[in-house]
This record gives sequence, structure tokens and C-alpha cells, in this order.
Amino acid sequence: MKTSPSAQTSIEIPPTAGFPLVSQGEGAKIAARDVNVFYGDKQALRNIALDIKPNEVTAFIGPSGCGKSTFLRCLNRMNDIIDGCRVTGSINLDEEDIYHRRIDVVQLRARIGMVFQKPNPFPKSIYENVAYGPRIHGLARNKTDLDEIVQTSLERAGLLGEVKDRMDQPGTGLSGGQQQRLCIARAIAVNPEVILMDEPCSALDPIATAKIEELIDELRQNYTIVIVTHSMQQAARVSQRTAFFHLGNLVECNDTEQIFTNPQHKLTQGYITGRFG
Amino acid sequence: MVARDANGHTVRSFEEELNQLTNIIVRMGGLAEAQLAGAIQSIVRRDSDLAARMVAGDARIDEMEQEVHSFTVRLLALRQPLADDLRAIVGALKISAELERIGDYAANVAKRALVLNQNQPVKPVAGIPQMGRLVQEIVNDVLDAYVERDVEKAMAVWRRDEEVDELHTSLFRELVTYMMEDPRNITPSTHLMFIAKNIERIGDHATNIAETIHFLVEGKSLTQRRPKGRDATQYRPTQED
Repeated sequence: MKTSPSAQTSIEIPPTAGFPLVSQGEGAKIAARDVNVFYGDKQALRNIALDIKPNEVTAFIGPSGCGKSTFLRCLNRMNDIIDGCRVTGSINLDEEDIYHRRIDVVQLRARIGMVFQKPNPFPKSIYENVAYGPRIHGLARNKTDLDEIVQTSLERAGLLGEVKDRMDQPGTGLSGGQQQRLCIARAIAVNPEVILMDEPCSALDPIATAKIEELIDELRQNYTIVIVTHSMQQAARVSQRTAFFHLGNLVECNDTEQIFTNPQHKLTQGYITGRFG
Repeated sequence: MVARDANGHTVRSFEEELNQLTNIIVRMGGLAEAQLAGAIQSIVRRDSDLAARMVAGDARIDEMEQEVHSFTVRLLALRQPLADDLRAIVGALKISAELERIGDYAANVAKRALVLNQNQPVKPVAGIPQMGRLVQEIVNDVLDAYVERDVEKAMAVWRRDEEVDELHTSLFRELVTYMMEDPRNITPSTHLMFIAKNIERIGDHATNIAETIHFLVEGKSLTQRRPKGRDATQYRPTQED
């Protein structure tokens, strides 16, 4: 494996060679190797090799259509439900292949939760939105247990104070930022290990965005977080590692500070400084 | 005029602002160079009018530093620059501070020239223009290196500062000898000593600029230590002197 320090500083990293950018996969929460994704005949991702470290926020950035959301969806097999989508290579969660046929996808998605771009609470009460997951996964033995899970999840999502007096009101009646935090509460209620976020703030105002970002920083203590964002500033603010995707390739993945002060690859530099031709 | 990526920013006004920032630095550098040259000329030619103009001229460099300061703060706030853009802006801020100091030292040289010109000329005045020429070259080269984003050229400047240190030390020794020979030399020689020190400091600021250019282009700070000439701090006259 070519991981000498000189290989790191060279800007001649071929766009398809992800390997110099990752460690050997030791200590990684998620380790992806040789991941290729096809939508029908069209290849959306090429030979992605990437480690996601535990208790860190990893940001995926890149222009529209670069494959960052596709890759995010590979991490909890959300692509399974897309017709004509084929994934090759391996993605391991704690050294276990998540594409193995013995894997129960529903269980997998409880371990790897997801928050989407548009807040999508169920058309149910605030309480039911959070209680739904733990109930179907059998995480609560009785009503008291369930109440506690709902409380803790809302608390962790920084929403409890704002909703504790109206738990029976519909979740859809909350503001956009509150709805998104409700979705985060819903995701963490099933006690996941990883939370995937696909542009979680793009529909929110700056204050709601700041609250979510603060939340992401707190959640990192207990969860591993992967976030796709179009906002470079957001990636810079919330993440410890940043991966830059371009035309289906993983171009560069490094410490966030390094990516935003001294990116090694010309394409990364061009993208983050707004010089894309 | 500035060596940047052929692939310019999508937002053209940002590109223009970055060029504008570089241009202010270049003009500021040109002015600092001219101030230094004029200050040294005012000693060599014993031209008090020129010296007075140089003393007054420093205010313009100070103004330009303020200009760079507000401009960089504005760019940071409004453009949220990243990567090489961020380094270019932070670098410009640092370089403007160095140039401002260079201007101050040049003004101080000119002030002392005004005093010197009222005294009898002292012999080692000849060593001053020699040192002055060397430092002017260094300042000139480092500004070229900045415009061209040329790390090699910047590093050449960085290494050359050793020559300045050497010249300064020998001038220092010479002046001490003159003072010992004749106490009437003490006042002008002391001023010349400070002048030499000021010029030597200008050389140091030029090497700081060279280090900033390295950071600006390479994205990392220089880790090696600069070669140092013998410096005057260790000098002590012996009985035989």
C-alpha cells in the first residue's frame, strides 16, 4: 500500500485511486473498499475506498451528481430499493459485510439511521414519531420504558424543552427546524451506531441550522456521523474529516482542516475555492 | 499581471478583488523600496531635503497598511475564502505588516541622516550604501517572488539574509574602532550604528516575507532554521584593538 508521507503531499493522486487516502481499515467504524455503483448501464461511483472513523463527523462534499449521496445511501443499503441500482465491492460495518445475504436490512437500518434533506415526520403525534421505531424494534418492555426512550431521544435532539407540553400534537405542526430535530430524535430513538445525514440543513434558516450543527457536534460523542452537504462552510464547521467526490470518484479525503486550508488535489482546490471550470 | 490559476473563479468579482489585494501589496512594497533607497541616498549625498521627504513619506505606507487591513477583513467576512485564496489573503495581511515595519526603519534611517548631515562626515559611511544596496536587492527580489508566487526565489532571499548579518557585524566592529580612536566620532558613529541596525532589521523583515510566500504557495510553514551570519551581539573589543 502506498501510504508514505510523500505520497500524501503529491498532488498527482490519480482520481480513481482512493487507497492512498485511507488507512488499512483498522479502527474504522465503516470501511468501504472497491465500491462501484451502477444505475442501469451508467456508473455512478468508481472504486471508492474510504474509512469512516468512529465518533467523528465525516462530511461528503462535491458538485451535484458527483456521487456523494449515492455513496451515503450505500452505507445503509438505501440503494437496494432503487430499480436498476447495482452495488459491487465491500462495505463493512465493524468488520461485518453489510451486503452479505445474511444481513437483515431492517436491523441494519436501525444500526445505521438516516436523516433526510426535507424533514419528513410521520403524520402522527410528536410522541408517536419518536416511539414508532423503538416499538417496532421491540426496544421497550412497557409504556414506562417507551416514555423514557421518547424523553431521552427528544432531549438528545435538543427538542424536549420546546415540545414537552404538546407531545400529542402532530409532528407536522412543528417549524422546519423543529421537524428536522424531531427526525433526528426519531433516528436516535432506535439506538443507532451511525447516523447518515443527507443535506439535513438545506431547508432550514441559519438559526435552525446552527442548532442542528450544535446537535451534530454533541451527538458525535455517542454516534458516528456522516453528513452530505452542499455548504462548504457547514462541512468546515461540523466535520473532523472531509471527503471530496467528483464525477463518481473519491478525489481526496483528509482532515477537514487540511482540506480547507491546504487541499492536495487540484480538483479539490478548484471546487472549494469556486474555480470550477 | 498576477500568476494565478488560468482557471479563474466562477465569481469574477472575487478574482478581481484578490488581484486588487495583490496590487496594493505590490504598490506598498514599491513604496517601501523607494523609501529605503531615498533614505540611503540622503546619507550618501548628505541631502537633508531628501531625508526630510523620506521621513514624511512613511505616512503613506502606514495608510496603505490600513487599507490592506480593512480590505482583508472585508474579504474574509464577505467571501469566506478557503485553501489558496485563504492563504493569499492571510499572507497579504502579514506581508503588509512587514512592509509597514520596513517603511518605519527606512524613515528612522532618514531621521538619523538629518542629524548626521549636521556633523563632520565619518569614514565608514561607505559601508552603509553597500549594505543598503544588498538589502534593497533583497527587498526587490522578495517582492518579485511574491508577484510571481516563486518559492525558489523567496528561498534565495531567505538564505541571502546571512550576507546582511555579516556586513552588519563588520560595520559594527569598524564603528567601534572609530569611536575608540576619537571621541568626537562617537555621536555620528552611534547614529551610523543604529542606521546599520535598521537596515539589518529590514533584511529580517524581507526574510519574514519570504517565509510567508512559502506558506502562501506551499500551504505549510517553513520548518528549517534560517542560516545566520556572525552577529554583532557577541562582539567585544580586545585589548589590542
